[in-house]
Formats: sequence, C-alpha cells, structure tokens
Amino acid sequence: MSMQGPLATSRSATGIPTGRLAVWWLLASEIFIFGGLIACYILYRLNNPWWGGEAVFTKVPAGAFNTFVLLTSSLFIVLAHDAAEKKDFDRAFKFIWYTIGGGLIFLLVKYYEYSSKLFTDDPELLKTPLTNTYWSFYYTATGLHALHVIGGMVIMALISFDLRKGFNPHRVELIGLYWHFVDIVWIFLFPLLYIAK
Amino acid sequence: MGQTTVTHDSHAAHEHDHHEQSFIMKYFFSTDHKIIGLQYMFTGMFMAIVGGYFAYAFRMQLAFPGMEVPLYGTVGPGEYNMLITNHGSIMIFWVAMPVLIAAFGNILIPLMIGCDDMVFPRLNRLSYQIFLLSVVVLFMSFFVQGGGFGGAWTSYPPLSAVAEYNLTDWGASLWLIAVALEFVAFLIGGINFVTTSMNARAPGMRMTDIPMVVWMIVLASIMFMASVGPLIAGSIMLLMDQRIGTTFFVPSGGGDPILWQHLFWFFGHPEVYVVLLPALGIVAEIMTTFARKKLFGYKTILYTTFATGGLAFVVWAHHQFIAGIDPRMANIFLVTTLLISIPIAEILFSYIATLYGGSIEFRTPMLWALGFLITFLLGGVTGIYLGSSALDIYFHDSYFVIAHFHYTFFPIAIIGMFAGLYHWYPKMFGRMMDETLGKIHFWGTIIPFNGIFLPLFLVGMAGQHRRIYNFQHFPDLATADLQGIRVFATVSMVTMLLFQFVFAYNFFVSMFKGEKAPANPWKSNTLEWTVPSPPPHGNFAELPVVYRGPYEYSVPGNKEDYWPQNMPDRN
Repeated sequence: MSMQGPLATSRSATGIPTGRLAVWWLLASEIFIFGGLIACYILYRLNNPWWGGEAVFTKVPAGAFNTFVLLTSSLFIVLAHDAAEKKDFDRAFKFIWYTIGGGLIFLLVKYYEYSSKLFTDDPELLKTPLTNTYWSFYYTATGLHALHVIGGMVIMALISFDLRKGFNPHRVELIGLYWHFVDIVWIFLFPLLYIAK
Repeated sequence: MGQTTVTHDSHAAHEHDHHEQSFIMKYFFSTDHKIIGLQYMFTGMFMAIVGGYFAYAFRMQLAFPGMEVPLYGTVGPGEYNMLITNHGSIMIFWVAMPVLIAAFGNILIPLMIGCDDMVFPRLNRLSYQIFLLSVVVLFMSFFVQGGGFGGAWTSYPPLSAVAEYNLTDWGASLWLIAVALEFVAFLIGGINFVTTSMNARAPGMRMTDIPMVVWMIVLASIMFMASVGPLIAGSIMLLMDQRIGTTFFVPSGGGDPILWQHLFWFFGHPEVYVVLLPALGIVAEIMTTFARKKLFGYKTILYTTFATGGLAFVVWAHHQFIAGIDPRMANIFLVTTLLISIPIAEILFSYIATLYGGSIEFRTPMLWALGFLITFLLGGVTGIYLGSSALDIYFHDSYFVIAHFHYTFFPIAIIGMFAGLYHWYPKMFGRMMDETLGKIHFWGTIIPFNGIFLPLFLVGMAGQHRRIYNFQHFPDLATADLQGIRVFATVSMVTMLLFQFVFAYNFFVSMFKGEKAPANPWKSNTLEWTVPSPPPHGNFAELPVVYRGPYEYSVPGNKEDYWPQNMPDRN
C-alpha cells in the first residue's frame, strides 16, 4: 500500500488538473449527445419547411427571458469561482446559491411554457409530444436540457456546504465548466426551436 | 512531473481502502482497479457463455430445422429472432467491450503506466455497477410478456419502434435501456482511462514510452465517446417512439427510419475499431515478448491508428448501400471504406515485420496472437468485397456478410481475449496455466472456427439470405448441398464449444493448483511485470521511474535479451 510517499493518482503529467481534464472529457461526450440530437433536428427541419408554422406557437419572450436568466447565472458561477480562488468561501457559497436560484427561475419559466401547451382547453394551442415530430423534438431537446439544469443544480447544492467549510474549492471550477456547457446548449436550442420560423 | 499535490479527495478514498476488508467488500465493492477489472472479466465471460448458448440453439435449428435442440428445446420463429438479436448484442456489448476494453483496460493501464490506481477509483466502481445493472435489465427483457427483443442488434425502425410490428412491447424497450446503460458505463470508464493515461504516468514515461495496448485502449475509449453520443440521442428518441408514441422514426407519423440507420452506423462502424484497437494492442505486447524483438515502427503504428480512427467516422454508410441512399453518396463511402484498409494493412504489415528475424517462441499466448493476425486478415480482405457498392448489392444481408464480420469480430473478441488472458493470467492470479491444455484449446478453437465460417462464405455467395428461420420454406435454398454445408458449420460450432471446456478446466484448476508464477514469467519489459504476481493493493512497493520504451528486446551489449522499462542500468 502506497500510503507513504506521493500518490500516483494525484500526478499531473499534462500539467492540467485531473478533475478539469475529466470534466472536459465529460463535456466532450455530452457535445456528441446534444450534437446528435440537434443534427437530427436540423435534418428533419430542412426536409419539413412547414415546421416554421409550428414554431410560432413557442413563446419567444419566455425563451429570451430564460436565455437572460441562464447567462446571468453563468456570471454568478464565475463570481463564485473567483471567490473560491480568493478563499472567500462565504462569498463563493452565496454566489453558488445565486446560480442555483437562476436555474430555479429557468425551470419555473419552463414549467409555465410546458403547462400552457399541455394543459390547455383550446385545441389550437394544445401541443403535446405526440402532436407532430416538431413538438416531439421540442419536448425531447428542451426536456433533456432541463434535466441537465436540474442535475447541475443538485450537484451545486451538494458541493456548496463542503465549500463553505473550505473543502474542495476546485469543485467550483468543475461545476462552472459544466454550467457553461448547459448554457451553451440552450444558446443553440433557443434559436433553433423558438426563433427560426 | 508534478506529483507533490495530494488532493483531499484521493487521500480519503485511499485511507478507506487501507483497512482489512471482508470478502464481499473486497470483491463486490472494491475500488481497486484490478478487482474491478476482474469483475468486468468474469461478467464478460459469463455473458460469453450466454451468447454462445444462444448461438448453439439457433445454429442447431438451421442445421436440423424443427428438431428439439438438446439442452434447449424447440426453437420457434419468434424465439429464433430473439436468439440472433441477443447473440449479437451480447457478444458485442457485453463480451467484447467489457473484456477487451474494461477488463484489460482496468487491469493493465495503472500497472503499465506505473501508477497505484485509476485517477477516479470510485467512478470506476460506479462504471462497473452501471454495467452490472445493464446486464440485469437485459436479462429482465428475456422474461417479460412477449419475450426478448427480436429486431436484430441493429434495431432498425419501424420494426423496433412499434410494438404491433415487433410483438415484444417491453422486450424491445428493456433491450434499448440495457444498451443505453451499457453505453453510460463505458463513457464513465472511458473518462477514467483517458485521464489516467494522460495524467498519472510514471515519471520519465514519454508519450512514445507508453505500451501500445494502453495507447490502443485510450484511443478506443476516445473513439467510443465520439461515436456513441448521437446514438444515445437516437436511443432516447427511439425509446420515446416505443413508450410515448412519438414518431421520430415511424414513417406513418412523418418520421424517417433511415435516420436511425445513420445514427446507429455512425456509432456501429467506429465500434468495430473500438474493439479492434485493444485487441491489436494486446497482440503487439505478446508478439514483441515472444519474438524477443522490438515492435517494428512504433510511431508508424501509432500514426496509422490515428488515421484509422479518423477514417472510421466517415465510412458508416457502407452499411446502407441498399437502404435507398443516394448512389452518389454511396460512391463517397465506397472510397473511404477502401481507404481505411490501407492504415489497417499497414499495422498488420508492421506486425509481420516485427516477427521477421525474431527468435519466436510458440508459447500459448503467441499462438493466439498469430491466430489473430491470420484470421483477422481474412476478415479484412472480405471487407473489401462488401465495401464495393456494386458487389454489396448482391452480398448485402447474405451469409457472406455474417462470415465476414465473424472473421473480424471473432479474432478481435475471442482470439484477442484468449491471447490476453493466457498472457496476463500469471499476473492476474499469480499462477501459470497449463501449456499443453492451452495449446489443445488453441487448435480446438481455431480449426473449428474456420470450419464454421469458411463454409458460410460459400452459402452466402450462393445467395443464402440471413435472418431466415427455416430454409426448408425456400426451395431454392433448401437443396441438399446447401443443407450439408449448414450441418458442417453447426457441427464445427459444437466442436468449438466443446473445446471451451478444456479452457474452463485449465482456467479454474490453474487458479488454485497451477505452478506459482514468478513476477516476470515471460521476461517482458513493461512495468506490470516488475511487481509480484498478483500485484498487491497499491501495486508498486516503490513507484517506478521509466527510462526507456517498452519494446527494448535483444539489445546488443546487454547480458539478458530483455530490458525492463524501469531499469536504470544495462541488464
């Protein structure tokens, strides 16, 4: 047992911390998952120009507001990272929870959007995943993205309490990388699903 | 090489492992890379038995239609589909992947790069647990109403998407969930392999000092990661088609079934190379050791592997030549497909050049390694036929295709696996396997293997379509000579399966009664042979420093014909 001497698992032959390296690889694999989904959507969209007529039923102001919220929450996680680097853990804790708050507002708006389409009495406005393939894509893509938002929020909440005690401050950077990725996915989804008519 | 920073995280994990552990904790919840590797290996070997059993049942049905198969019973048409589907899925996703990548990757990577564990030991354990869950879900799919999924391992919609078509409502969904879980397990494991090899190498180990098998497993993990993403997205879409009733892939609702084929083969073709590369790496280690010669063209092999990896992503539509794709697109994929045989051929030539002039010892692992080269060559050459779009129109979906991909996958998954097992068995279990039994097992596997699949090339060229349950219903294909060939193939297969008992006996008896293995029984150079067999927890008593590449055999000026990587002076 190698309790004496340095642990080989904490080596850094590349000079990049192992955790950051791993998150980049994780994000790379996520890019291929979302990339595959978005590529499928674009191919279908090109073959079905009439989907523009379906996209008018999306709520562009709600989506735009959510874009703003998500980008702001990304600013908060950057501020949390900055505070963690400066060992101001209370401040980092505060900004992590601001980020989680941003995620929460995003999800509430999402809920409002979903419910206005799923639970309406007006058959014109009723849009379920089964309405047609455009709406199947809409719910699959935004739903998968929302799951990523929830996952990020849970992880942030879990690490925040260790962070306040000063443990593992490097985790703020790692979750920050992930959160920016979630942000960027939304920046692709918003124009593709909402704006393109 | 910075190795001074010790994070809180890895420290905690290690202190935890330090205490004496109960049997259950040690073998079921261990975070030690060697134990996790063995877990993957035993699970994979168990699944190989299941997959082999399925193949036995449907081959008997093809040779003796309607007969009650001993140890199985009669095979009905739906059941036949379920058997071929799950034979393919199991052998690729639950045998080749776990054994070649996960088992050998876990056991070898930390040992070969001079490290005490993976960089994320607990993530590693999670990877295996998800994999085990995928096995459980797959087995559940066999026992639900309607039975296991029968839409082939490619799972083409609309057959796979609509329960009224495939008649296996939950079988299809559980199969899909099992495959998706397996993907997640390997994505997690792959992140571990890549980061460990990038960051945790022993001081002094340059990129070109890394043993070839580590390179190959890492490249395979990267290729897997880059190819499987779109299929994960596709699996979510297909699952929604099955369970919610969306119509992503169902033409009656405006969906496009061809899109699934693109997503599937964008993964499916690189997947061939994902499992091929680790096998090539294993063969490289074995050949250099038993030819006592330096690997011919280390960098050439590395660069051609990069080229293979790149090209592997632009050949996928050669599986769809007759699926209705644009013939102009078929031409592009024809060219890329024929191109990819160039780097692969270059690797094989380098291996042959490695053998040239070496002092070859025909020990059991070496026999398997040579068997790999010869059989894989035949698989590669017949691939050229199928890559030509004109010829493929005739050969598509025939037994020629079956014979071709078994000539690639069998050397990879079975011969490569046995080569690695015989070679590293002393390291894994601390005992030697019996040479004579090993050689009997080798000849008893390789000869019947050719007896199964050479005849299948013939029936394929004669026009025998795959996915037919009973050829008696097709007068053109029910002739006596074709049936004779089918019987010959089935008899060969049963012979091959019987010879696996020799292996099972050798494997389990040697584990307890075999001759004690020294640290370096093959006089090999790489770092795993510098530690006791089996290696203790933490692997290295003193973490090694690397001075040279892994293949310095028969160097003039040395007394011994091998020169371990961590030896500062002449040997």
